[in-house]
Amino acid sequence: MTARSDEKTPVTATDNGRGAAGRPVIVIRDMTKVYRMGEYEVRALNGVSVDILAGEFVAIMGPSGSGKSTMMNMLGALDKPTSGQYLLDGIDVSDMSDDQLADIRNRKIGFVFQNFNLLPRVPAIQQVELPLIYAAKRERGERARRALEMVGLGERVHHRPSELSGGQQQRVAIARALVNEPAIILADEPTGNLDSKSGTEVMAIFQRLNREQGITILFVTHDPWIARHTRRIITLADGIVVRDEAVPTPLVAGQSKRPSDEALVHE
Amino acid sequence: MNLALNTRLALGSLLANKLRAVLTMLGIIIGVAAVITLISVGEGVQDVVVSEFQGLGNNLLFVVPGSPDANEFTGDLVRAELTNDDYLALANPSAVPDLVRVAPTYGRPAVVTRGGEEARTTVTGTTPDYTDVRDFYPIEGDFFTEQDVTTAARVAVLGQSVYEQLFPDGTPPVGETIRINNVNFRVIGLMEEKGGSGFNDQDDVVLIPLNTAQRRLFPARRADGEYRVDQILAQVASEERQDAAIVEMALALRESRGIAYRDEEDFTILSQSDVIGALSQITNVLTLFLGLIAGISLLVGGIGIMNIMLVSVTERTREIGLRKAVGAKRRDILWQFLTEAIILASLGGLIGLALGAGGAWLISRFSDLLDARLAWNSVALAILFSAAVGLFFGIYPATRAARLNPIDALRYE
Ligand SMILES: Nc1ncnc2c1ncn2[C@@H]1O[C@H](COP(=O)(O)OP(=O)(O)OP(=O)(O)O)[C@@H](O)[C@H]1O
Ligand SMILES: [Mg+2]
Repeated sequence: MTARSDEKTPVTATDNGRGAAGRPVIVIRDMTKVYRMGEYEVRALNGVSVDILAGEFVAIMGPSGSGKSTMMNMLGALDKPTSGQYLLDGIDVSDMSDDQLADIRNRKIGFVFQNFNLLPRVPAIQQVELPLIYAAKRERGERARRALEMVGLGERVHHRPSELSGGQQQRVAIARALVNEPAIILADEPTGNLDSKSGTEVMAIFQRLNREQGITILFVTHDPWIARHTRRIITLADGIVVRDEAVPTPLVAGQSKRPSDEALVHE
Repeated sequence: MNLALNTRLALGSLLANKLRAVLTMLGIIIGVAAVITLISVGEGVQDVVVSEFQGLGNNLLFVVPGSPDANEFTGDLVRAELTNDDYLALANPSAVPDLVRVAPTYGRPAVVTRGGEEARTTVTGTTPDYTDVRDFYPIEGDFFTEQDVTTAARVAVLGQSVYEQLFPDGTPPVGETIRINNVNFRVIGLMEEKGGSGFNDQDDVVLIPLNTAQRRLFPARRADGEYRVDQILAQVASEERQDAAIVEMALALRESRGIAYRDEEDFTILSQSDVIGALSQITNVLTLFLGLIAGISLLVGGIGIMNIMLVSVTERTREIGLRKAVGAKRRDILWQFLTEAIILASLGGLIGLALGAGGAWLISRFSDLLDARLAWNSVALAILFSAAVGLFFGIYPATRAARLNPIDALRYE
């Protein structure tokens, strides 16, 4: 852990959590999430406390069912925790109304899904414009085009999902996540459905966004090699944080070849 | 999210499922089309009726036999008859000072021939004042005179329609001889064209002196020696004097008919507005009935829309989840689906309107009875109503969509 919760740095609305490295953008305390399934209940999160500073690049790992997706949904304000506190960019979102959460998601968070979640039959540029529509922003087309250029899809703005490869679809989704200049980008297994080449491209984009624009990025992965492209790896098991460590020398996407799975396993 | 965007979105989603959209709209299309057609035809009928009654003349009162409260079962209508005496009582200016002139009519259907030509028409006996009362004059020759009436002369004045049938070659009719029920008549005049259409062509008439009709053609003499007439037309001096005239007429008629003080009248005095009022009462019932049909069909159409919107919400659960994930609020989703429902319904209303207007046009085209008239208030009502149906039946599906939790929606398979 690199920060404590009582370090409450005042936040100005305009910088949107960017630039001021070292300031916490995510502070969660004792977060639990209990799913009730009829008779019995599942404690998907069992008291998680994590601080993430502005400009960090973090991978979340852990076995299947350990609560990674659940935690990402809480961080993304897509779902409400059963208990615990969540300060996003200095704002307590623990007990906000649905519409307030929608507003937070719109302005502060960009979410990337494992299965892309693009709208069927809709051209890339309109997919990317979507968050701007709900933000009532002007010059949507221009902003969306720039976001698509940032992910290397400047030539594909009018393509529909069915006309794009999986990797390209995920890049459209990333453009959509970053178009409204969020404080953080959250990604739940963004490379899970991609081959290693497309996965590496996504990593390259994340690294560039993190390095050049200072965007805070958290993503879930099962792949230790992908995880080593970040600077910090948090490992969950059974709904609690079991490990939280820095990556001494992060890999640079595209500059190292992926070793065989066996080599990774026996490392 | 603004209206333009929502509209574009809704149109896009409807266009993606054109057939389904059309099938969904069908209920509303049929309902609105039927109502618009029927209302237009109804308006057309009313126009015809009103214009015909107004075309009868100015400040007219009609005296017809039978008590105003009589119904067919008591037989009053059959027994009561008007006679020449009643006409003479009304024609007496000292008894009925507010009447300008009076004309009785006594007509029967008859066959009129001239050489090989034949016309089946109504032959009506009346008096010379008929022209002024009806505001209906000869354009060729003359109308018959008091003396023609007294002498029961065999002279006739033709209406335009009858003239055209008997004189297809266009020969000037005055001076020619025609036969009415095999009795020779000399044509002394040709009436101007009065118009009227279809079931009540006012030019389809032959006018002859009252006595000629009563004595020579259609025996009207009763056992008591009185001569029957069908009705009596009376012209009032001015509109303001109408009520006074009705009172005077009733008194004069009661006296001539020997009705005791306490007894009910066995005749009815109608003004033109009475007649039009009675007819518009019928039209009002019709309108109410049409409104009911419209209501039912819109209800059925609305339920269809609700059904398809629920399907649409379910199909697009993931889309809703995604929209919420990137910041759509409840009301954004609510309005997205409400707009779709309203557009669906209004579009159905518009198509129905076009079809209904087309139907009304076709009916006027192929019938010479009437000109179906598209009433603008019914047009506005149809569109407003369909939009309201869309709004009402869209609320439930749209609310369901708006309430979806983003995570559950995104996970939906
Ligand atoms: N909506 C839900 N209802 C009930 N139980 C749930 C729900 N979502 C998650 N769970 C349970 O919570 C636990 C954590 O699930 P979660 O999806 O967070 O795991 P994960 O770490 O993302 O796993 P994976 O790596 O397979 O994606 C699991 O036991 C899961 O069954
Ligand atoms: Mg998961």
